[in-house]
Amino acid sequence: MTNGWVDIKNADMILVMGGNPAENHPCGFKWAMEAKRNRNAKLIVVDPRYTRTAAVGDMHLQIRTGSDLALMGAFIHYTLENNRINKEYLVNYTNAAFIIKEGFELPEEGLYSGYNAEKHSYDKSSWNYQEGGNVTGKEPAAVKFAEAKAPAAEPGKPAPAAKLPPNVAYDLTLQHPRCVYQLLRKQYSRYTPEMVERITGIPKEGILKAADLLTSIRKDGDMKKVGTILYAVGWTHHSSGSQVIRAAAMLQLLLGNMGRAGGGVNALRGHSNIQGATDMAGLYHLLPGYLGVPTPADKSLDDYLKRVTPTVSKPDEWASFNYNSNTPRFMVSLLKALYGAAATKENDFAFHYLPKVDRNYSWTELWDATLRGEVEGLFAFGMNGVAIGPNSNKNINALKKAKWLVVCEIYPDETSEFWMSPTIPKEELKDIQTTVYRLPGAGFAEKDGTMVNSARWLQWKWIAVPPPGDCKVDQEILARIFLKVRELYQKEGGKFPDPILNASWSYTDKYSPSLTEVAKELNGKALADVTDPATQTVIKAGQQLPGFAFLRDDGSTACGNWIFSGSWTEAGSMIQRRGTEDPSGLGAYPNWAWCWPMNRRVLYNRASCDASGKPWDPDRAQVWWSESAKKWVGNDVPDFKPDSAPSEHMGPFIMNPDGIGRLFVPLGGMNDGPFPEFYEPHESPVTNLLHPQQVTNPVSKKFKSPDDKYGTPAEGYNILCTTYRLTEHYHYWTKNNPMNVQLQPEPFVEIPAELADEMSLTGGEQVRVKSARGSYVARAMVTKRIKPMMIDGKKTFQIGLPIHWGFRGIKEDEGKTGHTLANQLTMAATDPNAFTPEFKGFLVKLEKA
Amino acid sequence: MGVTRRDFLKASALGSTIPAVAFGFGLEKAYAEVSELKTARTRETRSTCPYCSVSCGLIIHTIGDGAKNVTPQVVHVEGDPDHPINRGTLCPKGASLFHDIMNSRRLLRPQVRRPGSDHWEYIEWEQAIDEIAHLVKKSRDDHFIEKDDQGNTVNRCPSIAFTGGCTDTNEFNYLAVKSMRSLGVTYLENQARV
Amino acid sequence: MPKQLQIKAISGHAGPAPGKDASRDYDVCKLIDVTTCIGCKACEVACLEWNGYQFRETTFNNTYQTMPDTAWNYWNLIRFNEHTNPDGTFQWLMRKDGCMHCEEPGCLKACPAEGAIVQYANGIVDFNQANCIGCQYCVTGCPFNIPKFNPETKKVFKCTLCSDRVSNGLEPACIKSCPTGCLHFGSKDDMKELAEKRAAQLREHTAHKNAGVYDPQGVGGTHVMYVLHDIEHPEAYGGLPKNPSIAAFTQLWKGPLKWVGGSSLILGLIAAVVHFLRWGPKEAEIREDQIPPSSEEATHGN
Repeated sequence: MTNGWVDIKNADMILVMGGNPAENHPCGFKWAMEAKRNRNAKLIVVDPRYTRTAAVGDMHLQIRTGSDLALMGAFIHYTLENNRINKEYLVNYTNAAFIIKEGFELPEEGLYSGYNAEKHSYDKSSWNYQEGGNVTGKEPAAVKFAEAKAPAAEPGKPAPAAKLPPNVAYDLTLQHPRCVYQLLRKQYSRYTPEMVERITGIPKEGILKAADLLTSIRKDGDMKKVGTILYAVGWTHHSSGSQVIRAAAMLQLLLGNMGRAGGGVNALRGHSNIQGATDMAGLYHLLPGYLGVPTPADKSLDDYLKRVTPTVSKPDEWASFNYNSNTPRFMVSLLKALYGAAATKENDFAFHYLPKVDRNYSWTELWDATLRGEVEGLFAFGMNGVAIGPNSNKNINALKKAKWLVVCEIYPDETSEFWMSPTIPKEELKDIQTTVYRLPGAGFAEKDGTMVNSARWLQWKWIAVPPPGDCKVDQEILARIFLKVRELYQKEGGKFPDPILNASWSYTDKYSPSLTEVAKELNGKALADVTDPATQTVIKAGQQLPGFAFLRDDGSTACGNWIFSGSWTEAGSMIQRRGTEDPSGLGAYPNWAWCWPMNRRVLYNRASCDASGKPWDPDRAQVWWSESAKKWVGNDVPDFKPDSAPSEHMGPFIMNPDGIGRLFVPLGGMNDGPFPEFYEPHESPVTNLLHPQQVTNPVSKKFKSPDDKYGTPAEGYNILCTTYRLTEHYHYWTKNNPMNVQLQPEPFVEIPAELADEMSLTGGEQVRVKSARGSYVARAMVTKRIKPMMIDGKKTFQIGLPIHWGFRGIKEDEGKTGHTLANQLTMAATDPNAFTPEFKGFLVKLEKA
Repeated sequence: MGVTRRDFLKASALGSTIPAVAFGFGLEKAYAEVSELKTARTRETRSTCPYCSVSCGLIIHTIGDGAKNVTPQVVHVEGDPDHPINRGTLCPKGASLFHDIMNSRRLLRPQVRRPGSDHWEYIEWEQAIDEIAHLVKKSRDDHFIEKDDQGNTVNRCPSIAFTGGCTDTNEFNYLAVKSMRSLGVTYLENQARV
Repeated sequence: MPKQLQIKAISGHAGPAPGKDASRDYDVCKLIDVTTCIGCKACEVACLEWNGYQFRETTFNNTYQTMPDTAWNYWNLIRFNEHTNPDGTFQWLMRKDGCMHCEEPGCLKACPAEGAIVQYANGIVDFNQANCIGCQYCVTGCPFNIPKFNPETKKVFKCTLCSDRVSNGLEPACIKSCPTGCLHFGSKDDMKELAEKRAAQLREHTAHKNAGVYDPQGVGGTHVMYVLHDIEHPEAYGGLPKNPSIAAFTQLWKGPLKWVGGSSLILGLIAAVVHFLRWGPKEAEIREDQIPPSSEEATHGN
């Protein structure tokens, strides 16, 4: 979330799309209801089904699953053509005025310039800004830009990657045909209401009505009102998922909603600490604090830092903070935290202790490699990979190939019992050579520590009861395994033991590290006296750092995660704070827990002011420029260089090297295009109506194992299916909780009444849903809440599948369910940016069981 | 079993006697006693709901005042009214967390499924950890890549995968990153991806 | 020791209730704004958790609704109705069903067992199972089909409005849990004002031009009120009666005939008459159908 849960109450307009917060985040959704109650905010709900969120919405559009990007395109089209923008915001805070290099081409035939069909990837060098400075008001034909020289390759080395240019060319009148604004208009001119009706199945009138309502907050460019967008995995679980979110960010930039209370792009996220897991880099491509992983070409720390540290690219007259220029401080401090005294200047701060990541190792690749026998052993700490899928049968088959599997869980789950899957005949068991350890972990009430919610709040929880039986807290299980491995390397030696032997593990109880000690390590401390040049504050060696501004790249500071720096300072634990005051009334609660970065509750909040530094809406004043104090002050921590006067024209999006919000993402930002383009899901009932020659995302990946099959309408898979959660259950966990089981006892499939009529199906009958990969058995819920749709003139049905059942659970163990998993139907096909699988849209057949 | 007509008649007959009996009591107390508040003397622990990303504040009520000889027992879970987001409210999942903590389906001892076996066996912690450590070391040593084809130092262990769950705390995740990256693990993934 | 609530009325009790007019208490009220209900069932769970009831076997029934009706150990049920408006638009209506805590409670008036049902001065109508004789006249007397009989213990149960919590200064469990604030709790006057304001807001700012407050006067008003999208059609919300009233005979015997209440003989006689009148063979069958299965069948697991 760029904003926060309570902040939603400040919104005048709420678009819920790709999410269902009333069901999946009820207690956060209250703030949308508060906005409706107290501000008469409007709630637009776009979903393939009429959900419990739709039930309290002002408007519901039933969309074909997987076609969200087409509708977002229609919204952008409407915004631009009806001038629902504020030019001051657009020109100063986004790259609308920036001019793009000659040679860049829009995907009118389905592909951007630079596509390599063999490699299924783009050469993105044409997706770049033009150098040339201010050309405002000049006749485009009269403007001649100097040809930028491609950087020459050093002998024996590949050509260096293209870089953003200095002194970016821009036209503040937005008239240059290659300025981002004009390219954007051209790009989305194809997304007419008529076209989008054919793609999404939403009648044109509905599209126009929603677009008008949504953008009504910016009528005549008035900036008083604010709109927010709430989304979740209904957007990310598609083969162009990242681009849907890009489209949302673009729409919010166009509407001037970024950085503002009641605005933003808000990822609701679905689990208690996946925000924290992302922050902490529980993902192959990251190191803590969103630092990129080293690659084989990084021969030294210096190589790595040069590659990942961005350099400023902007018009000369403008300023850019480019906060990521501090990357060396973050990285060296991380290495000092990981390897302590073993990380020295001489050994590049133990840079080579870290593995060099040469390719994609993401979730679906992990299972594919396991199926190929390349992954011998797996750890699953509270992660039910078989149930989570996609393509659970593939994951089960993969685990058969593994030599060992270590599962830490609190309930019996499908992953630890994959060998008891109903898909495996008893006689096959003797051939499954996998050793499975199932270690009883501690439940949430039995352990302390912090989790990060979707509003970026780090909140500490306290232990209520000890773990039952022989259960152990997770960190003890992990520590004991790691220290035993270390012991073996100490005794026996082995391959490159250095990082194992030298990893800093100086916890008071090394076998069960105190999480307060770890939390302090995450905040960071001074290893030698450190002086802040701005304030001359001295932090003594051994003291906790006040924040990431104190991090150094010379080894004099250690910090486990720079974005958490400031969370546990010499002043104490910020993450345990319980202050309930909210002086601004904006729901910031600055003294409740702690919010990364540096307790800023709304990101990019500089954009809540006009170019001169005054709040767009004085009633929702967040930060502002104080001429007397010569700094930014206010009700939130300014997300900005504190002393940069408005006259410097510094961009509010300080993490981007250009300082502005990117309507156009230059170079490597996105793998599938600088603007979002609509592509069909990998399983779709229709061709791509925008460009039939390029139906699916050209950079998206499908897998080729024998278990990876993809169905087509020609094979009879012609019903659209989507998956989701119910408010009564949580993933594959509450099937063990009798209370939740009571509320929704059995698996079911939601089926439009018209389809049920065609099949002579009545509610409660058992049905079988079949995809190319597997089948799912459940009861039919016949409902009016999903209607048949007209997709490109053809009647099309969608059905919906709640995901919460499996092989093990209360009802499962009673033999009262079909013992199938929703994800036995879903496919491994991934988004090319986030590598998230396309769970949410696939084709099925439906029959009576 | 339904209520039969006979039950009804019995009930009616009783109905004619009970009120008279009831007259013997101190009136107000007999009629008006409401049950004792079950959380009246409990110990309150502030916690965070483990389910969705709203992270509602919880109060876990346990009996036992923290005295040494008492193992606390959870008696009730309710929303924390001070928490700025949930303000005491909970969803049906959060409201039923009592039955997550007090749940007869909990795994209580380490188990192992041996190759080819059709059942779980109990195993002592010490032995499980020892066996796992040996497996980790062997898988790592057998497949560790120090240099790639171009001679670059890569120090990768592609034969071991670590998958982290959605309720793992930041501190645990950090220890996982520290230990797994030190082993050279590149297949390091989490619920956050999916 | 919890504060004792002041008593206003007692079932089967001759003469004035102890404490009548001796003290005053403010009227409490639960307000249910169904226009902000998301049917999440948090209130169902909060009710069960607080009151410690066992789980019931439920089965899939082509609906999101947990079970067809409230039960002796399930007092609070969201009713889900897929509703088509006259203009053809679709609406999913959700309504929290439970005791209305009537100002003139039909259950209490019908109850022959002294002290089995009391009405506190704050408006809460509470059942005291220790005094319940299982005659189920309260079931008949209630226009909302709320009191439910446990065939095993032969006692009748319903929502207490968490009298134990309220007497200790806490709000009822369902109120506290409600994520969207669809449930409010406070004095009747305050709730009335809040409800009317909300209804006016709906009429002015949304498509719900018939929004209104449900506080039926046929039972003297209720201590549980609804804000409805369409006050003209309460039946659309899963059988909420448009003009609920207390059955005529209940009115009679608790009214003019009340003076005989102390006599057990006459009471038994009246009981028989009531039984005959209210539980003819045909109706009795219906009632039996509605009685939940015994608890051995009804509960499972732990």
